[in-house]
Amino acid sequence: MRKTEIPSIENLGHGHLACAGCGAAVSMRLTLKALGEKTVMVIPASCWSIIPGSWPYSSLRIPVVHAGFVTGGATASGIRAALNIRGDYETLVAVWAGDGGTFDIGLQALSGAAERNEDFIYICNDNEGYMNTGTQRSSATPMFAWTTTTPVMQPKENPKKDIMAIMADHQIPYAATATIAYPEDFLRKMKKAMKIRGTRFIHLLSPCPPGWKIPSELTIKISRLAVRSRVFPLYEIENGISYTLQEESHVVPVKEYLKLQGRFSHLTDSEIEVIQENVGRARERLMKKAGD
Amino acid sequence: MKKVITGNQAVAYGVILSRVDVISAYPITPQTTIVEELSELIASGRLKTIFLKVESEHSAMAALIGASTGGVRCFTATSSHGLAYMHEMLHWASGARLPIVLVNVNRAIGPPWNIWSDQSDSLSQRDTGWIQLYCENNQEVLDTILQAYRIAESVKLPVMVVLDAYVLSHTSEAVEIPTMEEVDPFLPPYCPEYPIDTQEPMAFSVITTPEYFLEFRYKIQKAMEQVPEVAKKVDDEFRSRFSRGYGAIERYGKKEAEILLMTSGTVTGTSRIVIQKLIEKGVSVAGIKIKRFRPFPSEEIYEEIKGAKKLAVIDRNLSAGVGGIFAQELRASLYSRGERPQVFGFISGLGGRDITPELIEEAVRYTWEHPQPEEEILWLGLKK
Ligand SMILES: Cc1ncc(C[n+]2csc(CCOP(=O)(O)OP(=O)(O)O)c2C)c(N)n1
Ligand code: SF4
Ligand SMILES: [Mg+2]
Repeated sequence: MRKTEIPSIENLGHGHLACAGCGAAVSMRLTLKALGEKTVMVIPASCWSIIPGSWPYSSLRIPVVHAGFVTGGATASGIRAALNIRGDYETLVAVWAGDGGTFDIGLQALSGAAERNEDFIYICNDNEGYMNTGTQRSSATPMFAWTTTTPVMQPKENPKKDIMAIMADHQIPYAATATIAYPEDFLRKMKKAMKIRGTRFIHLLSPCPPGWKIPSELTIKISRLAVRSRVFPLYEIENGISYTLQEESHVVPVKEYLKLQGRFSHLTDSEIEVIQENVGRARERLMKKAGD
Repeated sequence: MKKVITGNQAVAYGVILSRVDVISAYPITPQTTIVEELSELIASGRLKTIFLKVESEHSAMAALIGASTGGVRCFTATSSHGLAYMHEMLHWASGARLPIVLVNVNRAIGPPWNIWSDQSDSLSQRDTGWIQLYCENNQEVLDTILQAYRIAESVKLPVMVVLDAYVLSHTSEAVEIPTMEEVDPFLPPYCPEYPIDTQEPMAFSVITTPEYFLEFRYKIQKAMEQVPEVAKKVDDEFRSRFSRGYGAIERYGKKEAEILLMTSGTVTGTSRIVIQKLIEKGVSVAGIKIKRFRPFPSEEIYEEIKGAKKLAVIDRNLSAGVGGIFAQELRASLYSRGERPQVFGFISGLGGRDITPELIEEAVRYTWEHPQPEEEILWLGLKK
């Protein structure tokens, strides 16, 4: 058996408050392994504002600056500036924001920072909804999914916003997708990002058991199926133009991914068909951009 | 060195002399010439400051919250809609106990669009936990910025320095500009107690349960209560170094006056002349300039108004449904006192209309002639 390359250091302590099976908890644990101790993390309002524990405790063993929902990109810019003034170019600044804090309310601040090519790694912890406030739709919520603001009688009508395309069009040096079923891949991308300066963006898919209505033991499996069904392809974009797609060898129909999740249990066959077609179209779009 | 400069240039000089590390700002009339001036100075290499040219005022304040948490001295300037847009982050800055200094150029908030002087922008941020200092002239603008950093860094609360649109921001006056060598010993570098440090990891602004939240707010109130003493010390030291000082309030005019006229900002400059003239005509009047609005100088005012029968307040702002905000705060601060003069609340000059000597005289005369106000709000110069 091959030995794992995942570092053994643990900078996520015991006693955090995530739900059982929380994908975002696994995501954070891996992220901290990659980033190491010489990192400051900005956390705008999201589940992770709560998960580390309340004052005077924190289960994260690096400096953390909790921040307003809107402000990931801006707060990180300010911290970077302060460190630079102090002559500390070494300490890494990372943002850990939800999909709401990235795709929606924080998009302006992120776009501003990316346009200025601010020197930080921005990790979008995407669980496809406003989970901290109880699973409301965000613009990262997939089409036809149930949320508390898109009830099954009127599920979400629009497809998910293509945040990677938006970030790529800012021509930032590095953007990549990743998810926890592929930890080595995620860590490789993090390491790569850490060697680059400027705005680096990681789109990290983190299944959420209560929000997706999945059993807590299926988090990793669903993360894997998201990739295999091509709902969430793994790829990298350098400087907004150079694409590297990871070919998936075990492709499955989207139905395999959808059927395990309560948030899609109301779907008709024809709706599943529409989703399958959309996934095909998204892949074509991506292939075209990648130029093959 | 004396120079003839605008209020906005005085701001820029104040920022340079304070050796600010990080500036983050977004343009809005009539603040724009501040950010233009500072951009020029940084581009010319005269300042080592980092200027984050962000995409909004909300981000400007958020960026400074990041930078100030990082342990460096920070500055921003804004006005009106920009300040309103920052509102959430203003609370954040004080809640996080960050000594950020912000200059607000008082301007009306629309609609209708209006770019002229009106204090409603800064006064509607009065509950955000910021110290607020209002300025009468360009010299005071520069000096107040230097003092603001001393106060902010001492009590760990942010300070808003406020000046009137155009009447100060775009009007040139002679200003004595101290040298860096003179300012440095007055304003030493910022030494944060808890800067971000990866060797000693800490979490900032962590969620706090009802068990502790009240105590965090209690500490902010206690810090505010320290301000009068701290600000006085800072002002006294400033006076001994630079031969200029301002106090939280300033009383001028007749020693034992029956009526007092209370003003803030540039209206005070005009009032000084009007009051002098009226005293010569036999009116028993004195003026009180209010420089510090937050924390409200209740003690200082009470000491100065003893013996007065009536207080006339001119507010260039409106809290619709109540009236002028200075008058409202004054009434509240007097309520528990034994001796309470009548308060005459005048509103004038909203949206930049001139508060002329004639209007000020009208306010004083009305107060002189009436035992009490006929209405809660007395409108000066209202077109009917
Ligand atoms: C300005 C503002 N609006 C609304 C909220 C309430 N709020 C806090 S977290 C949150 C949802 C966060 O969603 P997301 O960014 O996806 O993170 P998640 O909780 O899913 O991890 C909302 C709506 C807030 N804190 N600030
Ligand atoms: S709601 Fe979802 S994302 Fe939030 S802690 Fe629970 S499992 Fe994790
Ligand atoms: Mg989310």
